[in-house]
Amino acid sequence: MKSDELYQEVLLQHSRHPRNYGPLEHPTHRAEGYNALCGDEVTVEAVVTDGVVAAIQFQASACAICTASASIMTCEAANLAEPDVAALAHSFRRLATDGEADLSTEVRPALDVMGTIHRFPQRVKCATLPWETLTAALRNGRLRE
Amino acid sequence: MIASLLMECAASNRLTFDVNRWRGEFPYLDVQVGGRAVIYLDNGASTQKPRAVIERMAELAAHEYANVHRGIHELSNRATAAYEAARLRSADFLHAPGPDSIIFTRGTTEAINLVVNTWGEMHVGAGDTILLTEMEHHSNLIPWQQLAKRKGARVKYVPVLPDGVGLDLDEAAKLIRERPKVFGFPHISNTLAVTNPVASFCAMARDAGVVTLVDAAQSVAHIPVDVQELGCDFLACSAHKMCGPTGIGLLYGRAELLESMPPWQFGGEMVDRVDFTTAHFRPPPARFEAGTPAIIEAAGLHAALDFVSEVGLDAIRDHAESLAVRAAAGLRELPGVRVFGPLEHRAHLVTFTIEGLHAHDIVFFCNDRGIALRAGHHCAQPLMRKLGAPASTRASFHLYNNDSEVEALIAAVRDAIQFFQS
Repeated sequence: MKSDELYQEVLLQHSRHPRNYGPLEHPTHRAEGYNALCGDEVTVEAVVTDGVVAAIQFQASACAICTASASIMTCEAANLAEPDVAALAHSFRRLATDGEADLSTEVRPALDVMGTIHRFPQRVKCATLPWETLTAALRNGRLRE
Repeated sequence: MIASLLMECAASNRLTFDVNRWRGEFPYLDVQVGGRAVIYLDNGASTQKPRAVIERMAELAAHEYANVHRGIHELSNRATAAYEAARLRSADFLHAPGPDSIIFTRGTTEAINLVVNTWGEMHVGAGDTILLTEMEHHSNLIPWQQLAKRKGARVKYVPVLPDGVGLDLDEAAKLIRERPKVFGFPHISNTLAVTNPVASFCAMARDAGVVTLVDAAQSVAHIPVDVQELGCDFLACSAHKMCGPTGIGLLYGRAELLESMPPWQFGGEMVDRVDFTTAHFRPPPARFEAGTPAIIEAAGLHAALDFVSEVGLDAIRDHAESLAVRAAAGLRELPGVRVFGPLEHRAHLVTFTIEGLHAHDIVFFCNDRGIALRAGHHCAQPLMRKLGAPASTRASFHLYNNDSEVEALIAAVRDAIQFFQS
């Protein structure tokens, strides 16, 4: 398996020009994620209003896969209710680890770019780290008013 | 003038080093990755094994194997002889005064933990200082950090100079004069390719009454190491980083210190007389080797030491260092590349970053061409943060690497830059 099967153009675009990058002005939730294997570091911030994740931004010192995954995540998970974000995170994990889309929650087309990642076990964590960090932010990362 | 003479000497050494002869001893070179011959440049993490080591371990397992030091029977006698011969060979290899100053451990990490949990536990108390360096591998940092927390002691660090070119030697001298209890430092930095002035550190420490521990994981079997010439109190290393097997390493300790230290693990092998209330412990080294040791691995270590001695440690050093110097020079010419470590006297490795390109992507890309590199923090997180590079890429060389592998590395990194940044 060659790396160009993994580094598709959409993914490279997201890693070169990540969306929703930088700190939020008034985040309600924040978490930091770390991959000790390779040194990826991700910070995810969110604004949750009335149970809806109104905005997500991230900052990273991370590889192309992790950066692209975070960028796509901030687009796909924004404006979803918290339980829907959790469900999407769950199906993304299944997609990344097993290559299986969860039929109960439709995996959005933009996430398909990560459809081959399960064939590269040493890169799965790169793709899932932003989602784990977002999940941690929503679950335990509430910031004081 | 002198410099050019030295260069000529180095060049003539290289000419006499027949890398192909030694490559023929390493079966790993038959491995293909993605249809290409593997190019193994992750020697800082672990080295490959020559046929002599693999065969010696199989031979012992087949015809000389039983538990050691219990034997009246022939197989135990053979195994014990092989195990103790490995200790004698290790002492000889490190130029230790005798085999009793060599303790077999699981590796460098366990050797350091042994010192921390015996000598450190006895001698470090509240308010004391433990001196380390900012270029420490986690294995010579965390055990001391935890001891300091337990004891209410503090850890100070000799600073690393900008770009990791070396330690601040004036600051080191000053900190040693403050008389810490112990000074621990790497012989060769696993990240910066810096070779520290061990003998001068140890002399200063001895004058100040400071005990020294040298983390020699990256130096033993890469350069000649003579513990008496270095003048250290403790020295730790791992067999798997010197063409030997995993699961065994060495702690050299000065005899007076070892004799004063209590055991840290308890069980068989390490006791003389035991009753239901007390036990009497054997002298070193047995005192520190509780339980059945790594017998097959000890024989493998012995074979590895014989092998690298046959190749020649001066020759290994000159060869691997010249590869690292070439790699550093070639990588520096590529756009956005930052190489850490000294400009002169580079040890056998090169660690670098590329602006806008993460180490994990570089290493993954290079793997397509069969090139094995290390990405990440190299178990030196505090150092890499200080250098502003939480993740970097490392290529590390040993006696079986050659010039064309260095060229392949530089070409692959050049292509990676183009692929990700075009």
